[in-house]
Amino acid sequence: MKHKLKTYFNSYTSTATLAFYRLAFGLMMLFSLIRFTALGWIEKLYILPTNRFTYYGFEWIPRLGDYTYLLFLLAAIAAFCVAIGYKYRIAIITFFLCFTYIELLDKTTYLNHYYFISIVSFVLIFLPANAYFSVDAKQNPKLCFQYIPKWNVDILKVFIAIVYFYAGLAKINSDWLLEAMPLKIWLPTNTDLPFIKTFLNQNWVHFAFSWSGMLYDLAIPFLLLYKPTRKFAFVLVVVFHVVTRMLFPIGVFPFVMIVSSLVFFEPAFHENILRKIAAFFKINMERFTNALYYETNRMASKAIKGFLIVFIGFQLVSPFRYLLYPNELFWTEEGFRFSWRVMLMEKAGYTQFKVVDSKTKKEIRVNNSLFLTTFQEKQMAFQPDFILEYAHILKKFYEKQGVSNPQVYVESYVALNGRLSQKYIDPNVDLAKEKESFKPKYWIVPFNDEIKGL
Amino acid sequence: MKKLFLFVCLVSLIYACSLSDDGGSKTDNFDRTAMLTHWADNIIIPSYVDYDNKVLTLSSDVTNFTSTPTEANLQLVRTSWINAYKAYQKITIFNVGKAMEINLKETTNTYPTDAAGIETNIASGNYNLELLSQYSKQGFPALDYLINGLGTTDTAILAFYTSNANATNYKNYLIDVTNKLKSNSNVVVADWNSSYRTTFISSSGNTVSSSVNKMTNLFVKNLEKDIRSGKIGIPAGVFSSGTLFPEKVEAFYKKDISKDLLNIATQAQQDFFNGKNFNSTVTGPSLKSYLDYVNAVRNGQNLSTIINNQFSSIYTANNLLDNNFSSQITSDNSKMLAAYDALQQNVVYVKLDMMQALNITIDYVDGDGD
Repeated sequence: MKHKLKTYFNSYTSTATLAFYRLAFGLMMLFSLIRFTALGWIEKLYILPTNRFTYYGFEWIPRLGDYTYLLFLLAAIAAFCVAIGYKYRIAIITFFLCFTYIELLDKTTYLNHYYFISIVSFVLIFLPANAYFSVDAKQNPKLCFQYIPKWNVDILKVFIAIVYFYAGLAKINSDWLLEAMPLKIWLPTNTDLPFIKTFLNQNWVHFAFSWSGMLYDLAIPFLLLYKPTRKFAFVLVVVFHVVTRMLFPIGVFPFVMIVSSLVFFEPAFHENILRKIAAFFKINMERFTNALYYETNRMASKAIKGFLIVFIGFQLVSPFRYLLYPNELFWTEEGFRFSWRVMLMEKAGYTQFKVVDSKTKKEIRVNNSLFLTTFQEKQMAFQPDFILEYAHILKKFYEKQGVSNPQVYVESYVALNGRLSQKYIDPNVDLAKEKESFKPKYWIVPFNDEIKGL
Repeated sequence: MKKLFLFVCLVSLIYACSLSDDGGSKTDNFDRTAMLTHWADNIIIPSYVDYDNKVLTLSSDVTNFTSTPTEANLQLVRTSWINAYKAYQKITIFNVGKAMEINLKETTNTYPTDAAGIETNIASGNYNLELLSQYSKQGFPALDYLINGLGTTDTAILAFYTSNANATNYKNYLIDVTNKLKSNSNVVVADWNSSYRTTFISSSGNTVSSSVNKMTNLFVKNLEKDIRSGKIGIPAGVFSSGTLFPEKVEAFYKKDISKDLLNIATQAQQDFFNGKNFNSTVTGPSLKSYLDYVNAVRNGQNLSTIINNQFSSIYTANNLLDNNFSSQITSDNSKMLAAYDALQQNVVYVKLDMMQALNITIDYVDGDGD
């Protein structure tokens, strides 16, 4: 076994694959940042809102006001440098820090694919992606290596596989498979294509989409890995992501996944693409094809490998942390984020907050629109950690207004995956006295149904 | 062949990615245009026209009364005031277009009315009813005060229009408030009958500013703010830690029509939900049929049935109330609270369950509470 591992870590592959991914990733990130900016979302999501929701442990991340634009600019420059492989190490670290900073600014905008980007950009820090087809390698031939250890490419495949496979595992639940929820709610009112009108309102179609989605997610990493099925798998990838993009408002995620799945192809394929680009931009490929094998400090290499193995281990285990909590995962959401649970729930809430002056007992009914944007309020209404943080925002605000020791209560209902709305939070608990922690939140009213699954 | 296929995939991918994903317009299979047309032609416009006619009658009765202030003529005004007030309950949902522009609701039915302010206006004879500050001194609640609240007996009330030193000013105020109602209602009906109907029906998409979204949000808002909070919640102390406000009920001076107004408004909500034509039992495309079309089933029942059933519970709770809400509040407020709870449950069903089932974005937030 140990011998097999040693052999594996000593096997090499063409750096073209990693270079291709670096180029594609950098360009996709640049495009994504430009798009985000062009849609006016920097202002709408990060500057205009009066309040924001923080990640537990990251409350100290300061908002930047108008300087948020600078943050995005820095990230975009870094992405471009990553793409062309200029001062790669600094660029990818900068991109990782900037992008993650952006995500940490407001929990409201959490998306699984943003998490994926953070992970990938983090891992890329440790990979010699600038050893080929990069400005760095061109300027400093000492950095140029035509062959790198295979694990550098395989690790990317591992992460892509984790995303898909875990997303598939998450779909193995009774709501998704036995009720065709939430697709059953989303499909009928989710298309403007006239031919598919009646089609998407059919019961059997909802189940077909649900089951094939689950099977696709579970199978695709293996279909991509196995050479004979690779081309077919890629066709599936394109079809799947194009269809989901047409049906759902999921941004650039499909594009990111389609391009990422190209990493499974043979190095010759990537080499080919790079050569075509080189020809177009009149870049001399000869300086890169030096037939050299990547060498680096053995200690450093061991440390990196060890660290990445631990990192992968963590990624494999953490999606199961929900098992440590009582009550239904979809209901309490304790352990829901950062676990590739993609588009599994149609969940909406109704919240009416009440602030009570401890001394006078006077009650104030809160107008959420004075504190939160429509988007923030929507997200807050069905996520308990948001509800708790909002309660504290209200407490601070009303304290400043002269309310003595404000108590905060909420009348809250949530409707999940086609169930009738149910009471969500205990209306008698003073949320202002509750603190955020990793412990289960006892003030969430237990789910009065059952969802079986992983 | 494969290259062509990949190329097609690439093109469609690029197209797909180029669509914005901030909630752009996505229509669906249900015929929203048919529903909007039905709403406009069979519910909204007839309701406004009926209201307009009732206000016209009120206006002529007021003219009659002010030229000949007798007990009999006062009774005529009271009757037409009740009829117009009832007709008004049927249009409060439709706060779109001109109605919204001219703040129809705020100028027609802000209560409790500011009696002291009205007296000041009358004393000075100088006032501009267009101003925001005057909203609480006009409309039906102001008329309520003027025809029912000036004194404890009819003789006392009549005196203000006959022997009182300022009788002319009282009469003028009565006329001015009524005229304001009339001109407002005229303007709204005219708008619907000219260009607004087309504007309304043609905005048939699924964006936040489309007619279906606007109307559905208004439907929810009216139930939550105007009926649940305004007619019951605020007077019954729900928003004031139990401090009761029997003087904040609708039609406070008349004393005995609050329940009628509540029931008519609630019925108007349910009728709109079911797409019932104005003054008829015929129904057309509606929120109910929309819910049934997308097969919104909850706990084995159609969500539309759950909502209709809850309306029945609401009527049951309403009918346990005295006609006089003020005395109901002071004698047994628990019945008011029960009525509030029944309404609140349907607010949750329409604001949360129904909006979710129809994929309609909420674009307003509850803003009551003083």
